[in-house]
Amino acid sequence: MPETVIKIENLYKEYRLGVIGHGTLYRDLQSWWARIRQKEDPNTLIGYENRIIKNENILALNNINLEINKGEILGIIGANGAGKSTLLKILSRVTTPTSGLIKIKGKIASLLEVGTGFHTELTGRENIYLNGSINGMGRNEINNNFDEIVQFAGVEQFIDTPVKRYSSGMYVRLGFAVAAYLDPEILVVDEVLAVGDIEFQKKAIGKMESVSKELNRTVLLVSHRMSTIQTLCDRAIIIDNGTIKTIGSAKDVVNEYMNLGKIGSGERKLDNHSKTNKPKGLMPGKEPIKVYLIRVLNEQEKVCTKFNVRDNIIVEIRYKIPAGNSNPNILFYFNNDRQQLVFVSFNNEMYKNGTAGIYNSRCLVPKDMLNDGQYFVSLIIHDNRSVHIRENDLVSFTVMDDMNINGSRGEWVPGKKWPDATVRPKLIWENKKE
Amino acid sequence: MAEHSVKEQHRNWDLVIKPSYGWLNLNLRELLKYKDLVYLLVKRDFVIFYKQTILGPLWYIIQPLVNTVIFNLIFGKIAKLSTDGIPPFLFYLSGTVVWAYFASCLNGTSNTFGKNANIFSKVYFPRITVPISIVLAGVFQFLIQFTIFFGFYLYFIWNGADIRPNYLVLILPLLVLQMAILGLGFGALISSLTAKYRDLTFAMPFFVQIWMFLTPVVYPLSQVPEEYRIIYMFNPMASIVELIRVAFLGTGSVSLPMITLSIVLTMVVFILGLLMFSKTEKSFIDTV
Repeated sequence: MPETVIKIENLYKEYRLGVIGHGTLYRDLQSWWARIRQKEDPNTLIGYENRIIKNENILALNNINLEINKGEILGIIGANGAGKSTLLKILSRVTTPTSGLIKIKGKIASLLEVGTGFHTELTGRENIYLNGSINGMGRNEINNNFDEIVQFAGVEQFIDTPVKRYSSGMYVRLGFAVAAYLDPEILVVDEVLAVGDIEFQKKAIGKMESVSKELNRTVLLVSHRMSTIQTLCDRAIIIDNGTIKTIGSAKDVVNEYMNLGKIGSGERKLDNHSKTNKPKGLMPGKEPIKVYLIRVLNEQEKVCTKFNVRDNIIVEIRYKIPAGNSNPNILFYFNNDRQQLVFVSFNNEMYKNGTAGIYNSRCLVPKDMLNDGQYFVSLIIHDNRSVHIRENDLVSFTVMDDMNINGSRGEWVPGKKWPDATVRPKLIWENKKE
Repeated sequence: MAEHSVKEQHRNWDLVIKPSYGWLNLNLRELLKYKDLVYLLVKRDFVIFYKQTILGPLWYIIQPLVNTVIFNLIFGKIAKLSTDGIPPFLFYLSGTVVWAYFASCLNGTSNTFGKNANIFSKVYFPRITVPISIVLAGVFQFLIQFTIFFGFYLYFIWNGADIRPNYLVLILPLLVLQMAILGLGFGALISSLTAKYRDLTFAMPFFVQIWMFLTPVVYPLSQVPEEYRIIYMFNPMASIVELIRVAFLGTGSVSLPMITLSIVLTMVVFILGLLMFSKTEKSFIDTV
């Protein structure tokens, strides 16, 4: 029977909205004096009077109950503001719960940020000691692991250089390396994998995996990268609005989460450019190009947010080119969940022969090209004089790899050795036997 | 009985995170676990001070000497304040060195939460380690500066100045300890206030300066008119400064009730400071 190492019981965290204090003594006194004279509080935001007087409370966590077993990697997913970070903060003892209990067996360390407490004037060596001890390591413990930490971070040559001379990559690596050797029985990690170069991310993920599997350590991981959750975690939970919405195997939970549409939708109706909000540089009396709709379709022409790597993806844009405009530059961008620009596509035809009228443009993004992960589509339409529309992350969708033998990477074991490149095209190989 | 069973349940767990209602849960055993952190924080403050300044630790020497020369000029030569027959240079130097330690404790600890908000919001460790490390780092500064004072002290004795030290010099470490406790207590108290009211941070330099002039640093207590002396009873630093002068320079007006009250006040401030600090550290992150 698996041993429970974390037990969360009826956990609540309440934040008070409205006025906690104005931050300065003068204003607090001013408000207090106004209240005594029964005058209006000079520091109340106009229009918010009722809300502040009521001192509304919000429940960031609303009755969380959860048991986590020894040796498991639990993924925590949820939209921004759902309560993930609050839960992590309570587990890290940065803040206290309003009510409820968390019982923990074993040493717990949290990694909400890489390199907390690093001081830029101090050398790598000094920072390892400082950061280690802030995270609860004793001096002997650091001494014993020092060489391995330095090696893991790959900063042997610069260990006596102040970290202000480090590249940002080195800085992050050093921070993670210290954390990696904290050797806790339970490790709480927040998104830190989103930083650092890809090579290092893989190293970090590998380290977490090996710590969990070989040393039977427990890991709690918050990530927005569904692929990370799927490859790394055994179980996952969705936190929504302060409650645990779903709990189950990582694969099921990720699927459910993506179907919730929380990630974004595949279709966006636009109503840009009211009369008062004209793009700069536009000739007077000229109407800007109007975009009605942008959406992502599958081959069945249905709006879709989940694609297999072996599916074609269609991006559709519906727009109006008013009289007086012609030959616009229409481009869309694909960004991935690591904020990398994957590619830009330019509508050549419209640039050459675009005249006034209402258009429906479709662009086919071929199958077997994108990596798995989440993608965000941004749109720009401009002409030589002005930008008519520029909207980021209008629609988003997820590409999954089912590791089919016909897929671009075939039946690779997920997350193990396949290089985490921006794209994963399936190219044509000709193999001739001589 | 219910209490007992709850405890029984908790016994199997290494850590129980629960809401904190109490005022004081300063965990001494935990603090001891973090003694290496205190050491490293002290070291950090030193290293950074050393690296960021051209003259480095020389500042520790320049500061009190320049202060002493200025005090000597203004209060001794121009205002012609009495120094109870002690060579003015030694008189001002002793006051400056002692006050400098206390002021550095106050200034250093008063904005603990503001300065460390970033770290405090990311990782847990006993927050009190930060002010403790500042107070300890100050001891090194004090030792360096006191050595300077002692050098001049011996020089003046060698030249036949009329100075009569006595056995009270032996209690110097206790007086430094009292200043450390007072500084830590006040710093903890003020840092709890500055966590909520940022503008108090700007009031700190004035506050420290006013306090200095209400303490017999640039004048001896004997010069204060009798009717105002009562005020000094409630200034714990007055007794400390006067006691150090009595011990090393042989003059000073300090009484047993004054010393007792000073110690009592120090303890009251210390406990109050810790209470406020431990209350603030729990809710601080939710309010930044």
